[in-house]
Amino acid sequence: MTVTEIDTDLDPGREAGRPRGGRLFRRLRRSPLAMTGFVVLTLAVLAAVLAPVLAPYSPDHADFSAVFQPPGSPGHLLGTDSLGRDILSRILFGARASLLVGVLSVLLALVVGVPLGLVAGYVSALDAVVSRLTDVVLAFPFLILAVGLAAIRGASLSNAALAIGISQIPGIIRVTRSETLRLKSLDYVAAAVAEGATDLWVVVRHILPNATSVLIVQATVAIPGAILGEAVLSFLGLGIQPPSPSLGTMLSEAQDSISRAPWTAVMPGIAIMVLTLAFNLFGDGLRDALDPRGSRR
Amino acid sequence: MRRYLLRRLGQSAVTLVLSTMVVFAGVRALPGDPARALAGEQNNPAQVAAIRAKYGLDDPVPVQYWHYLTHSLRGDLGTSVRTGIPVSDMLRSALPVTAELSLLALVVATVIGVLAGVVAATRRGTVAEWVANGFALLGLSVPNFWLGLMTILWLAVGLELLPASGYVPFRESPGQNLQHMILPALVLGTQLAAVIMRQTRSSMLDALETDYIRTARAKGLRERTVVWVHGLRNSLIVVVTIVGLQLGALISGAVVTERIFALPGFGKLTIDAVFQRDYPVIQAVVLVTATAYIVINLLVDLLYSLIDPRIRVSGEAT
Repeated sequence: MTVTEIDTDLDPGREAGRPRGGRLFRRLRRSPLAMTGFVVLTLAVLAAVLAPVLAPYSPDHADFSAVFQPPGSPGHLLGTDSLGRDILSRILFGARASLLVGVLSVLLALVVGVPLGLVAGYVSALDAVVSRLTDVVLAFPFLILAVGLAAIRGASLSNAALAIGISQIPGIIRVTRSETLRLKSLDYVAAAVAEGATDLWVVVRHILPNATSVLIVQATVAIPGAILGEAVLSFLGLGIQPPSPSLGTMLSEAQDSISRAPWTAVMPGIAIMVLTLAFNLFGDGLRDALDPRGSRR
Repeated sequence: MRRYLLRRLGQSAVTLVLSTMVVFAGVRALPGDPARALAGEQNNPAQVAAIRAKYGLDDPVPVQYWHYLTHSLRGDLGTSVRTGIPVSDMLRSALPVTAELSLLALVVATVIGVLAGVVAATRRGTVAEWVANGFALLGLSVPNFWLGLMTILWLAVGLELLPASGYVPFRESPGQNLQHMILPALVLGTQLAAVIMRQTRSSMLDALETDYIRTARAKGLRERTVVWVHGLRNSLIVVVTIVGLQLGALISGAVVTERIFALPGFGKLTIDAVFQRDYPVIQAVVLVTATAYIVINLLVDLLYSLIDPRIRVSGEAT
């Protein structure tokens, strides 16, 4: 650690050692991999949001006079599939669905997991209860959960997000709990308690804000997992239903034509990979930048 | 140690009971009236009532749950609505395939993950570290089912090196069995290898800074011995932990991998059951997975406490 990095902020209620805001971004900027992830991510989000404007065709527009056009064909940059649909357009709309499921499911996990984690970490008496609940959720692997949900409620985008979100709750609970345990033992919390602050006030005002950075990292790491999860479920037919474009359903449709038109399987896969890789690179960079031990790893 | 064991056993039992309640509640939440479904097309009220009485569907919910629990414990998991075969028989033929696939994947992942992790930790700043780190990042980002499709495309269809799909039981021909299993195992193991690699690397970095490593070096031991014997021993505990943590991912991954390589395992059974609305099979699959998960995790934890005495001590202290 260099001298300039010593924390000189005297903001009360903020623990030393963990960078925030502008300095965090400066550290992040020093990592070329993290910045690459950030830039790719920004572009991908923009492309997905602007899909209706950017896509050259409607994702469902079938053209039987132009089936299995290879990438680079006139008018079809990434080629067409077995129904003559434009692969680029379908990927743009598919990425939209992937990001939507990724963000929604992680939000669900945060909304349920953070309060439970805070309670488990702060109220020792309830720790065991929350732990058992976590164990029960963990006992149902996400695919099995999705299978059960699909049996009860039918296969759909929202059920895929629900299954993925539920399976991410234990991870969020764990991280929040251990962060709460750590923060609870710090002097400033003891000071707040001594001043007569209520438990709720301590948790909401003193513990939660300081746990945010760790939670942001956890969320950044959870989203690529959720995106892969959506792709898997849609691939198996348990998620987004055709003909709605999804990277997973594109791959599942491509299975039959894989030797005749490999690009129908290659392109959506690369799209998934770029999305998750960008999230992982950015998440790694964020974690390194937040690590008070510096950039050793 | 005994106290730790008992406590851990008790926790698992509670989790198991809660899980069966979840499955039971899920079954009750299924759409449609099971009695009417069992009565078939020409269901008349008398028939439905008879079925209701026969299967105890009129009993209070706790009684029904108790029946469900005792039947399951006896291995009676119901009969497939589609095939008429007892679900336990279907599971008995499917589980060995999945178990073999998962075990092979675990071996592949551990070997690759530990090797790459040690290389990344000991060759800092070299090309080897970059390759190992890159492999881990890719392993975490590539969807394994897509990797499966791509390997089928190149290795099996293009080069015709290995069979692209299908299954030969180990008892019939061990050689052919392995030929069919090696690609799926590699595909399933990739993601796990990446996770193991990252953890091995970081725990190896920690281990190499400790005093006992300095002592080993000061004794004049060869660097190779220091790293692979003294350093790695500590890191192996991490691998055991990860196996416990990643078990769910491994089960999920096995389902998809079996689907791609057309292996007649647990995954195929599961997915087919969903599309055929074969509810007894789905119910059994969910129950068996949850039970397996809890039991294997218990075993992993016990193994963990055997390897690392510190866990036992802290387990007793709290």
